[in-house]
Amino acid sequence: METVVFYIFAALAVAGALLVITHKNPVSSALSLVLTLFSTAVLFVLLLAHFVAAIQILVYAGAIMVLFLFTVMFLNLRPEALRFDARNMAFKVSVFLVVLLFTGYFAWMGFNKAFPGGGALSPSPEGFGTVEGVGRVLFTDYLLPFELTSVLILAAIIGVVAIAKRRES
Amino acid sequence: MSVSAEHYFVLSAILFVIGAYGVIARRNLIVVLMSLELMLNSANLAFVAFSRVHNDMTGQVFMIMSITVAAAEVAVGLALVVAVYAHRDTLDVDVLKILKG
Repeated sequence: METVVFYIFAALAVAGALLVITHKNPVSSALSLVLTLFSTAVLFVLLLAHFVAAIQILVYAGAIMVLFLFTVMFLNLRPEALRFDARNMAFKVSVFLVVLLFTGYFAWMGFNKAFPGGGALSPSPEGFGTVEGVGRVLFTDYLLPFELTSVLILAAIIGVVAIAKRRES
Repeated sequence: MSVSAEHYFVLSAILFVIGAYGVIARRNLIVVLMSLELMLNSANLAFVAFSRVHNDMTGQVFMIMSITVAAAEVAVGLALVVAVYAHRDTLDVDVLKILKG
């Protein structure tokens, strides 16, 4: 059962990602990205990270996607601005990346024989990935980084307002 | 045969490579930003998978931080997109190379 769900949503995630980079229209790309992000959220549930899955849907598929769609529709791009034009160099670089990533992955697997269980998933403790469990870690061990993210968001807000403000000159 | 952690790492690598290809190959600035989101999302998937392997929720906390960074990055990036489009009337990254030395 778990295997079937994994393969279905992994395939959906890859299909959505491929549609993002092949669609001509940015609106279709954004909607395909929602498919990928939603499938990833399902995989998070399979990994018993329920709180993180909820965050993924709320923040990524909700807020960030609305921001993308708003910008695309706000700009009202002309058709000639939408041509899809892959470059030859890009193909070579991405083939290189594929080879590098998978070589690195199998090298890591070789080094990893001492890893307990060889990547097999052991039963997790009570409360793993729930709001209570994640919240306990977030507000004790990682309180300072958590507070610093609020500074980051404040900086982003001020930066966005400064960039988007119309200059009178 | 049940799903092991390696399945998630391979999926994460595939999504990362697709995102990297989008960043390099696409010329529309908005789609480049979306591909960047794909790459961040694949890293998040690896974080959560490692968190599950070690049964340690630190990975999930990192993933929440990473989502915050992604949201801030998208907000600033799209503000730049709007400013660039108002200024240069194009989103083609091949045209937008005034910073090139």
